[in-house]
Amino acid sequence: MNEQTKESVEKVHPIGMYLKVWFLLFLLSTFSYLVDFYQVQGMLRWSFILIFMFLKAGLILAIFMHVVWERMALKLLLFLPPLAILVFIALMSIESDYVFFNRLLSFFST
Amino acid sequence: MTRWQSVVADWGGEKQTFDMSWGKLMMWIFLLGDTFIFSIFLIGYMSARMSTTEAWPNASEVFALTIAGQHIPLVLIAIMTFILITSSGTMAMAVNYAYQKNKKVAVYLMLVTAVLGASFVGMQAFEWSKLIIEEGIRPWGNPMGAPQFGAAFFMITGFHGLHVTAGVILLLIIAHKVHRGDYDKKGYQIVEITGLYWHFVDLVWVFIFAFFYLW
Repeated sequence: MNEQTKESVEKVHPIGMYLKVWFLLFLLSTFSYLVDFYQVQGMLRWSFILIFMFLKAGLILAIFMHVVWERMALKLLLFLPPLAILVFIALMSIESDYVFFNRLLSFFST
Repeated sequence: MTRWQSVVADWGGEKQTFDMSWGKLMMWIFLLGDTFIFSIFLIGYMSARMSTTEAWPNASEVFALTIAGQHIPLVLIAIMTFILITSSGTMAMAVNYAYQKNKKVAVYLMLVTAVLGASFVGMQAFEWSKLIIEEGIRPWGNPMGAPQFGAAFFMITGFHGLHVTAGVILLLIIAHKVHRGDYDKKGYQIVEITGLYWHFVDLVWVFIFAFFYLW
């Protein structure tokens, strides 16, 4: 079993696969640049930015860093701890809203 | 065996849990730690930007360049992004050729990656000097709006730039050692480990590009 996994991770993939991913990353980067170039605003802008960002990050992790060919134990090691980051983002955005609100109250109310 | 059963077998078996060399595992654990560092920088930036009562400077304008009379927003950042992605592509191919035991091409592709990385750092130095000298942006203030802009910008891109610089040095050292034949007997997994680091630096840039420059 160990030998099999080694093979799947170190398996030599065709160069064409990397070129395809490379091309996709180029395309996605161009799209995210165009979001700014054409000044797309509001919710549409943020959704586009996030979609292109996650697609790029996913491609780099999955193919370039070979995560899809790794064992489940390693995937869990990589993806479970960062969930704490999501919690932290949620907490800090609530906190920042609160700080913003209080600054408005104390700086601008008479 | 399903993937979940494999997790139980890996953790419950009387054996090493992660089926890989310690060098590769340690690189993954280092990168996991680095993920947290960059996340904390970006969360700090988010908190500053959400809580400030002053207008946040418009990154699209701050990073615009005038080339041949044309005013192009974010153009240098876009070029830097394409260069970093290209360097990731050449690195992925270097790993591939290393596993094919094609030492010569692997070393050559690692050198190309290092050159692309160095040019990224060069462009960043250009960007920094333009911002400091021409636009008057400082870590404690700037003429366009919220003073936290400078602190977040220099901290986040500076830390990322240090990572790219370290990666270029690492690539040159490893390319030299592979070329010299240090890994001829051991196998060329070191190229994959170096590649993991390099792809991670590209990965972090994807997030910085989205959150700092585009948002």
